[in-house]
Amino acid sequence: MSAADAVHHPDHQFDSPLQQRESLSLGMWLFLVTEVMFFGGIFVGYAVYRHMYPEMFHHMSHHLNVYMGGINTAVLLTSSLTMAFAVNAAQNGNKKRMVSMLLVTFVCSIVFLIVKYFEYAEKFHHHLVPGAHFATDPEYGDTAQIFFSFYFAATGLHGFHVLLGTICIAIFAWLGHKGHFPKEKYQPVEMLGLYWHFVDLVWIYVFPLFYLIGLT
Amino acid sequence: MSYATGTSTNQSPARNYLNAAHTVKSWLLTVDHKRIAILYLISVTVAFFLGGVAAFIFRLDLLTPEGDLLRSDTYNRLFTMHGVIMVFLFLVPSIPATLGNFLVPVMIGARDLAFPRLNLASWYMYMAGAAFILYAIIAGGVDTGWTFYTPYSTAFSNTHVAMTLVGVFIAGFSSIFTGLNFIVTIHKMRAPGLTWFRLPLFIWAHYATSLIMVLATPVLAVTLFLAALERLAGLGIFDPARGGDPVLYQHLFWFYSHPAVYIMILPSLGVTAELITCFCRKNIFGYKFVAGSSIAIAVLGFLVWGHHMFVTSQSPYAGIVFSVISYLVAVPSAIKVFNFTATIYRGSVSWESPMIYALGFIGLFLIGGLTGLFLANLGTDVHLHDTYFVVAHFHYIMVGGALMGYLGGLHFWWPKITGKLYNEFWARIAAALVFVGFNLTFFPQFIVGYLGNPRRYHFYPPEFQVYHVLSTAGSTVLGLGYLLPLFYLTYSLFKGKAAPANPWGAKGLEWEIPSPPPTENFLKPVTVTEEAYAYPLRKPGAK
Repeated sequence: MSAADAVHHPDHQFDSPLQQRESLSLGMWLFLVTEVMFFGGIFVGYAVYRHMYPEMFHHMSHHLNVYMGGINTAVLLTSSLTMAFAVNAAQNGNKKRMVSMLLVTFVCSIVFLIVKYFEYAEKFHHHLVPGAHFATDPEYGDTAQIFFSFYFAATGLHGFHVLLGTICIAIFAWLGHKGHFPKEKYQPVEMLGLYWHFVDLVWIYVFPLFYLIGLT
Repeated sequence: MSYATGTSTNQSPARNYLNAAHTVKSWLLTVDHKRIAILYLISVTVAFFLGGVAAFIFRLDLLTPEGDLLRSDTYNRLFTMHGVIMVFLFLVPSIPATLGNFLVPVMIGARDLAFPRLNLASWYMYMAGAAFILYAIIAGGVDTGWTFYTPYSTAFSNTHVAMTLVGVFIAGFSSIFTGLNFIVTIHKMRAPGLTWFRLPLFIWAHYATSLIMVLATPVLAVTLFLAALERLAGLGIFDPARGGDPVLYQHLFWFYSHPAVYIMILPSLGVTAELITCFCRKNIFGYKFVAGSSIAIAVLGFLVWGHHMFVTSQSPYAGIVFSVISYLVAVPSAIKVFNFTATIYRGSVSWESPMIYALGFIGLFLIGGLTGLFLANLGTDVHLHDTYFVVAHFHYIMVGGALMGYLGGLHFWWPKITGKLYNEFWARIAAALVFVGFNLTFFPQFIVGYLGNPRRYHFYPPEFQVYHVLSTAGSTVLGLGYLLPLFYLTYSLFKGKAAPANPWGAKGLEWEIPSPPPTENFLKPVTVTEEAYAYPLRKPGAK
């Protein structure tokens, strides 16, 4: 289907391309709302327990590697920037720039996942994973597991979202290379961008709430 | 009446959505909202049957105080199976995914939902979730109750909890997809001239329902996710042994599960508005209030979850707030009941089977709603909490209310969906049996609960036996009432007379198109020029 066809022939259920664009956009924002509620459950739980055990949370936060977390923050923020460039390039019909920017974003997300892998491996090595093998904290006992339960639930879910995003970015870069997102049909790239910014935003909350609360 | 649809109204076209293609693939890969509605209809009917059989078996067991039929752990698994299947696989998707799927695009003059493939994905998510849940049941079942309270579900139960949690988690996405689709469709795809206040109340009800599906279901998902991780991977968020708080699980669980009750009842209220106006030949009394009360119920529904935890460690001050807001839900609910009643007043009432369901709905919803006030009260709840009174209360809403609406709507739109007329005589008998059987089953439970019989207990004191015998007797009648439609509706598919486009003389876009509708719903562009429910007989003084 050529680009001109796409403009004049929306999907069968829509009357006009405008209606289709608006529907897709609203649908994506609603999806992000469900994601906010999804992560919201974990953050509410975090708030409750941090209120119950403030010292334990601060103390346990020292077990996290601020440098690794900091690198990942920088990597994700950069990837959000390149994603914004990619969307902008798609909007302007600059295919080459769009694909290259998506590829940079892809590389950033891979770096994020690799750093995350080393962080997790370190936690396993130091027996900081909740469960039977947890190295009971001398000061806070098994209660310390609560902090790491939230750490793994939050970063695990976030990591899963990063992984999904990484796969989508790779697919979009490939499709973009094939010419599937001409100027008139750039909207899917914008939607991918929204998702990626959301994933970034979650990390913006996760990073200080887990890594930085122990800093004095 | 002048919807400019341009279709000839009383002629069935040769091609419709049912005979457009006949292969199995054409059904399993369909993106037609009407066909997906049929897929859902078949699936939820099977789920309803399984959940009903479980209930019937443990009701038989409860005939005697010592439960002579079942072992206690079997009894626990049966009531859990009943709850899980009925809530997650039947009630939540029942009206939205079947009647809603079929009617939302048609009622607003659209060719399909905004995201047809997402709609199909929703059904596959439902089926995948159902597969996990059914596998867990076949493998030995779950005994936690449908609420999966921690720490029992995470640390102690030896049954297939994790498998069930995964199933419910997956099924949750089906309702998120449905809700998201409805919201976008209703916002963006209304026909020209169909303003918000011209929408049928069925659409308002589904809009409110969709808001809850989209906002609440993700919270259930993350809650079950955390519980499943606790059981499988050793996380300790709800584990009191590690300083975790099991009541937090209850907070998160009811943040979804209380609004979920409104996912079940709101569509039914929407159906009832359609039935009452049609069979009274009258415009709805106070359209804007009925429409607004759906939204009010959805919004308030998010603020009352704590009334499930009055007798836990929840702060009594929080309890007071939750109690007051719970009372407030009675206001929009009462608006519905009063306005339905006022619509009937001086209407030209006829007694077709859907109307019998609608009237039954009003009565049962009224009792269910009023008994809810007893439970919203901090004092009386201490006495009534976790007794059969609660069981009776929510069955009046979730079965008496939601199911009456579902059956009424199914009968009302059956000629439209299938193009066939069913046997009205048997339909009336079934409606009467359901109403009588339902009351006989659940009214005694109010009494035995008030007298102190706790819910979910396998044994009970012998002096309570009379109530349990009445209840079981009622459930037999109720079961018969539910089985009858299975026969005469199925029979109508093969031997029923062909339905005209508008067998009831009802108003609404869906009645302007042939029965069954063509695949693209409307053969010509739709323009709406009238208010909803512009029946000739209107309330006195109205223009």
